[in-house]
Amino acid sequence: MRIWKTISRQVGIAISALRQNRAAAAALAVILLYLGVTIFADVVVLRDPSKTTSATLRPPSREFLFGTDDLGRDVFSGVIHGARASLVIGLSVAVISGLIGSGVGMLSGYAANSAGGWVDDLLMRVTEFFLAPPRFFLALVIAAIFGSSFTNLILIMSLTYWPTTARLIRAETMSLRERDYILAARASGASHARILRRNILPHLAPLIIVGGVVRTGNVIMVEAGLEFLGLGDQSQITWGYLLHNGQPFMRDAWWMVVFPILAISALLVAINVLADELNRLLDPRQPTLSA
Amino acid sequence: MPPLHHLRPLARRILQSVWLILLLIALNFMLIHLAPGDPVHLLAGQSGDERYFAFIREKFGLDQPLTAQFWKYLLSVTRGDLGYSLAYQQPVLGLVLSRAPATLLLMTTALLISSAGGILLGVEASRRQGSLFDRAVTAFASVSDAIPSFCLGQVALIIFALWLNLFPAQGMISAGREMSGAELWLDVLSHLALPALTLACVQMALLVRLTRTQMAQVLSEEFIAAARARGVGERRIAYRHALRNAMLAIITIIGSEAGMILSGAVLVETVFAWPGLGRMMIDAIALRDYPVLLGLALLVSIGVIVANLITDLAYTMLDPRINPGGGRSIRTAGDSA
Repeated sequence: MRIWKTISRQVGIAISALRQNRAAAAALAVILLYLGVTIFADVVVLRDPSKTTSATLRPPSREFLFGTDDLGRDVFSGVIHGARASLVIGLSVAVISGLIGSGVGMLSGYAANSAGGWVDDLLMRVTEFFLAPPRFFLALVIAAIFGSSFTNLILIMSLTYWPTTARLIRAETMSLRERDYILAARASGASHARILRRNILPHLAPLIIVGGVVRTGNVIMVEAGLEFLGLGDQSQITWGYLLHNGQPFMRDAWWMVVFPILAISALLVAINVLADELNRLLDPRQPTLSA
Repeated sequence: MPPLHHLRPLARRILQSVWLILLLIALNFMLIHLAPGDPVHLLAGQSGDERYFAFIREKFGLDQPLTAQFWKYLLSVTRGDLGYSLAYQQPVLGLVLSRAPATLLLMTTALLISSAGGILLGVEASRRQGSLFDRAVTAFASVSDAIPSFCLGQVALIIFALWLNLFPAQGMISAGREMSGAELWLDVLSHLALPALTLACVQMALLVRLTRTQMAQVLSEEFIAAARARGVGERRIAYRHALRNAMLAIITIIGSEAGMILSGAVLVETVFAWPGLGRMMIDAIALRDYPVLLGLALLVSIGVIVANLITDLAYTMLDPRINPGGGRSIRTAGDSA
């Protein structure tokens, strides 16, 4: 398929360029480390992160690398398992909301101001609905009402994240649609579906990829915030849960919060740096914020 | 008095805000009815008795068709009746209003610090592009942009309050002391310092980046070169000539961040036990006090819409070329925790 060829070529270009860029290479290495830890969490961790013991509030030592919490649970194991939960949620939401948002955005932007304009109107009214409240509060209220199990959180956050992507992709599609080569393709009798797939989607790929990276970081941050406020899946140990749990013990057991914070911060900084560099690499036309 | 053709887009912008608020009320109504279980629990809370539930069923016409129910809901919300919190034994509106000043104090302090600091750092960095200072500022911005506000808050609390003992750790006023006048203000100020600085730090990241980019762009324009040729000093060029031009974009960002600042404030309040809306929200989540949650979310969203409207109007006053109704997409921030 041609789309995949285009995407894989772009990813190839990006990777070879990233290797020459020290900041981006470091960021990528950190992210890969987290991914590795996520996949091999059960091998890395020797203890069950939710198993309570009588060794409560122990400071970091050789036995408990990051100390233990008020119920004698091993913080190191919790941090490792938290990486898994965060990455799974971040990536799933980024992919789901990216797919829905890109689909809606392309359709909407392509149909705008034409015979199919009502499709655009309809879809944009729906995005308005979701964009009216601040995203964090929307996710919070829905999670509080519908329950915040792991799957629910993924669904709720996908629901609140797709409209921004849709808006962005719509604007870009609208400008692409007016290009000469699209008019030429139309004139030569290409169907709308074919034009969308072969002439528009490949040009949107950089935007979709960078958007996905930015969203992954953002979702991890918001999810940790929800868990920190006491929402979230009680059967899972996550970074947000560790911070929520450590909040009353900051005076006596700093290690309960400091290690999870270091873990989440390092990952988010790495994602941010990677997104910035990718943005610069994949689309030299667009001014980046740090340009 | 501006000419009539300037007022029409203004009216359209205000109508758009009213439409958005109606959408929010509809969204709340939808959530109440899509929620698993009896909608009466969302309107009354989890812990009422049968008589109270019957009263609420009657009040919102829960046995009637949905359209009639929506009408009743809309009427009661527009009258300012957001329900009653059984946990607090108080109407939701009064409850939120009694907690709002503490949150507003925190938010405005943070906003002032972050605006002043962000613009200053951004301008200075843009004047020395590529220098060590510039790179340090850029690095600071990209790190504090990535770290969640409540994480930064917890670290600040541990270091500056618990280890170094420079500030009180929690609350808004020291307990068990009679204070008045200047003493009371100083006490509140010392409690305010850490949460406000935490929130400001996170806010500042975006402003620094934006100011720097905007300034870099303006500084490369011809009128700046012309000013230099006339012998205008560098500092004056940066702050009087360039910043004035970059200001419009900066103001828009400050205004559109209202939702983000509010989400951040709720989280940071929780870290420092600041007695504002955040604390109330946690209790509401723990107690399943749905009227408080829904009412608070609605008021917060309306607040954000009004903040965006005010920004747009301020923008129009600063730049008469702009037509406030057209083109600009509705956007409420709130991306960051």
